[in-house]
Amino acid sequence: MNKPIRTIAVFCLALFLALMVNVTYLQFWKSDRLDEDPRNQRVLQASYSSERGAILVGRTPIAESTPVDDRYEFQRLYPQPFLYAPATGYFTFGNSTGVEASQNAVLSGDDPRFFVRRLVDMLSNEPAQGGNVQLTLDPAAQKAAFDGLRALGDGVEGAVVAIEPDTGKILAMVSLPSYDPNKLASHDFDAVENDYQRLLEDDRDPLINRALATRLFPGSTFKVVTAAAALSSGKYEGPDALVPGGATFQLPQTSGESGLIDNEGRNCGSGEITLRQAMEQSCNTSFAKLAIDVGAEEMFRQAERFGFNADYLEDIKGQARSVFPADLSEPEVGQAGFGQFDVQATPLQMAMVMAAIANRGVLMRPYLVNQVQSAEYDAETTRPEEISQAVSDDVARTLTEVLVSTVDNGTAAPSAIPGVRVAGKTGTAQRGVEGQPPYGWFISFAPADNAEVAVAVMIEEAPGRSIAGGALGGPIAKAVMEAVLQ
Amino acid sequence: MAAGRTTGLATGGRANTPASGSPLLGFVHRRRRGAELFLLVLSLVIGVGGYAAVGLGVDGTVPADIIGYGGWLTALIVAAHIVIRLVAPYADPVLLPLVATLNGLGLAVIHRLDLAYAARGRDTDFAPTQLVWMTLGVLLFVATLVIVRDHRVLARFTYTLGLSAITLLLLPMMPLIGVNRNGARIWINIGSLSFQPGEVAKVLLVLAFAGYLVLHRDALALAGRRVLVVDLPRGRDLGPILAMWLMSLVVLVFQRDLGSSLLFFGLFLVMLYVATERPGWIVVGATLFFAGAIAAWQTLGHVQSRVDIWLHPMRYYRNDVPPFSDQIVEAQFGMGWGGLLGRGFGEGDPTRVTYAESDFIMAAIGEELGLTAVLAVLLCYGLIVERALRVALISRDNFGKLVAVGLASVFALQVFVVIGGVTRLIPLTGLTTPFLSYGGSSLVANWVIIAILLRISDQARRPLPALSTDTEDADGETTQVIKL
Repeated sequence: MNKPIRTIAVFCLALFLALMVNVTYLQFWKSDRLDEDPRNQRVLQASYSSERGAILVGRTPIAESTPVDDRYEFQRLYPQPFLYAPATGYFTFGNSTGVEASQNAVLSGDDPRFFVRRLVDMLSNEPAQGGNVQLTLDPAAQKAAFDGLRALGDGVEGAVVAIEPDTGKILAMVSLPSYDPNKLASHDFDAVENDYQRLLEDDRDPLINRALATRLFPGSTFKVVTAAAALSSGKYEGPDALVPGGATFQLPQTSGESGLIDNEGRNCGSGEITLRQAMEQSCNTSFAKLAIDVGAEEMFRQAERFGFNADYLEDIKGQARSVFPADLSEPEVGQAGFGQFDVQATPLQMAMVMAAIANRGVLMRPYLVNQVQSAEYDAETTRPEEISQAVSDDVARTLTEVLVSTVDNGTAAPSAIPGVRVAGKTGTAQRGVEGQPPYGWFISFAPADNAEVAVAVMIEEAPGRSIAGGALGGPIAKAVMEAVLQ
Repeated sequence: MAAGRTTGLATGGRANTPASGSPLLGFVHRRRRGAELFLLVLSLVIGVGGYAAVGLGVDGTVPADIIGYGGWLTALIVAAHIVIRLVAPYADPVLLPLVATLNGLGLAVIHRLDLAYAARGRDTDFAPTQLVWMTLGVLLFVATLVIVRDHRVLARFTYTLGLSAITLLLLPMMPLIGVNRNGARIWINIGSLSFQPGEVAKVLLVLAFAGYLVLHRDALALAGRRVLVVDLPRGRDLGPILAMWLMSLVVLVFQRDLGSSLLFFGLFLVMLYVATERPGWIVVGATLFFAGAIAAWQTLGHVQSRVDIWLHPMRYYRNDVPPFSDQIVEAQFGMGWGGLLGRGFGEGDPTRVTYAESDFIMAAIGEELGLTAVLAVLLCYGLIVERALRVALISRDNFGKLVAVGLASVFALQVFVVIGGVTRLIPLTGLTTPFLSYGGSSLVANWVIIAILLRISDQARRPLPALSTDTEDADGETTQVIKL
């Protein structure tokens, strides 16, 4: 009977080998994939109950983990919740947004850069500790932007973005209405769920980061891009180049009211006027004609060189692509020339347009994470990165000149800072719905000759206030620029 | 070590079969009880150390009752060792340490799960209960070794044992005492005690099969006709295998116990094959098995859903309506989370898996002790099977061979079915993990299995009592062979 016994022995060996191979596959090779499953509660819970690193602005934590005496051991706290919510996002069980989500690997300590430390922690049976993330935000600018927007009243909806032109650092990122991430990070999950539902159902969408996720018609601020395209085409040169003027302009292939453009009573001369005047007076007729003259193709290319139709923000999720449609017809490109038709931009995008002009035409990649810090290793600082040469140095200088005039003598006057040359442009965009108030835009940078900050202010709603022109946005932009310059 | 020698011994065992008739060579096994004691100390280090590690990992201190617990465990193991020294001095020295390791580790893990349940506000005392069951198991182990001085007497009770096995198997289907649990009707309640009679039936069935096959192996092996290339047995010899097939179907259909049904049938096939040395039985049996399995899959809803869950566990995870795959998915997540080295006692979340203390204890081990520990446990099981098969090889009588090979394969199949199910190698079927899982019936039955194996190995390794003149001749021949 020994021969069959030996056969059985081989059979048993096969059974055990199968078990061993399978369990090795499960616990070694497949392990990472299982850990990444969003429904894996163990990973969620572990990340939830570990000491996460802090999110810093300068050296001040705007999100930190503090020990508490419950089963999750650490509570996430946001000392200035409403001010920084658009940047930090919130960290709650199984769900997080903003920097909490995008920098989760660093904050939780799972980042490959912390591998050695994790190994040491594991061997010494110490709980894992995350690294810190320092943001590029300038607390003074952020505060100025937040206070400025909030001063417009309770129902205000809007956003402010400020960028350091030569690096792409985001100095301010404010979105109103804001929310309290502390409530969403609470360990009382029922309360969290209630608060989350309340925020979701709120018509004013407090959870949306308007600074980078809300796309609107850029209106007259887009004239900067049209001017850039016109100057880059070589047909126009210098701030006093002659461009088409006139009180009204009937778009080609149209007739009647809907295709008739006017300047709402501003002085745009007749025949030809200077580019300076066209910008100062925000002449719709001039920029419609310029856009048609440059052509849909060139307008499209210029817009893309400024970052339209692209994703560029990597440090935080949710950046909406700003849109400049391809293959526009003549009447369409005419409307696009002053930021209507299907052109849409986020506040971040318009800040980037100004930052590129301020940085001699070079568009830098915007970023929010300045440094990744760990207790035992040198901090790793983000390196600025060029995206494109949006316009030539010459064109940038000309545009700067024109935009400075717009502040000094034109519609953008509310952002003027005594003793500093400021470049700026207002914008008022129709919603395309009759009877609805328009959106207000304001974009600027300063000092004009060696810019330290470029700002975009967007006001979607300001109940009881007249949004038009630079009256509301201008002072906010001014406050933000002053905060940076001081 | 002894391994090389025992391998040589296999030849001795074969020489003793009726076919050859030449007497055993003058080789005598060493008792190696000292080696067993040393290995037992190692196993106690794992058992008591594991218990201490659980306390350290979960509460940060060594448990207060470590002396009492450690002392109790040590007393049980040492008692078993002393009894072996007294009544089975030639028994295999590796089996008891392996079993002690697994049982000790199982107790530590179950204690860990008790603490985890307590943290969730559910009061359980699985570990103390399991220690009581282990005590009972060791008592029965001792009783078996003391009472059964020669395993061959068991062959006298073939039909008694067979009948009791079938009665035990059918007990859960009786009204009043039979209980439905988690869809399977494999439990009986007597007073406040609950019991899984299938676990005991398993042992009795092996003995009964062995007794039957020893008597009928020639008829089963030699008579029959050839169909195509396979020798098929005679129709009337098919009787017992068909009966066994029906019984496993009864277990499958009426008790909804996939695992046991597979176990009994596989066990019978293996023993039939070993007894008759005819692969034809495997062909017939495997055909019947697959026919039964496919029929069950097509007609039985719960079998179908088991297979579906096995193939697409993620699809049924956190379902609103049955079938649910939460248990298997949580086990997968947990074992993946454990990775190579495990989270460490107290650092994982093993009670996310339902029944982590019984069927799914391997998931808890994988999560907190890692792949390393899972492979170590599998190695222990593999060694137990290997030692048992070695006992079968060297046993001098056919009944002993059949019992040993039957117990070895029942053990191997059970480990494969349950751990394969937990790790999603095969569809999940409910069976306990021998010596690790919480559960009295299984633990006690497995201790008896080990006692029987030790008894057979003691008989097999014991030197032959009287040396006849034949043996002297043989010695003379051997000497000549060496001189050549």
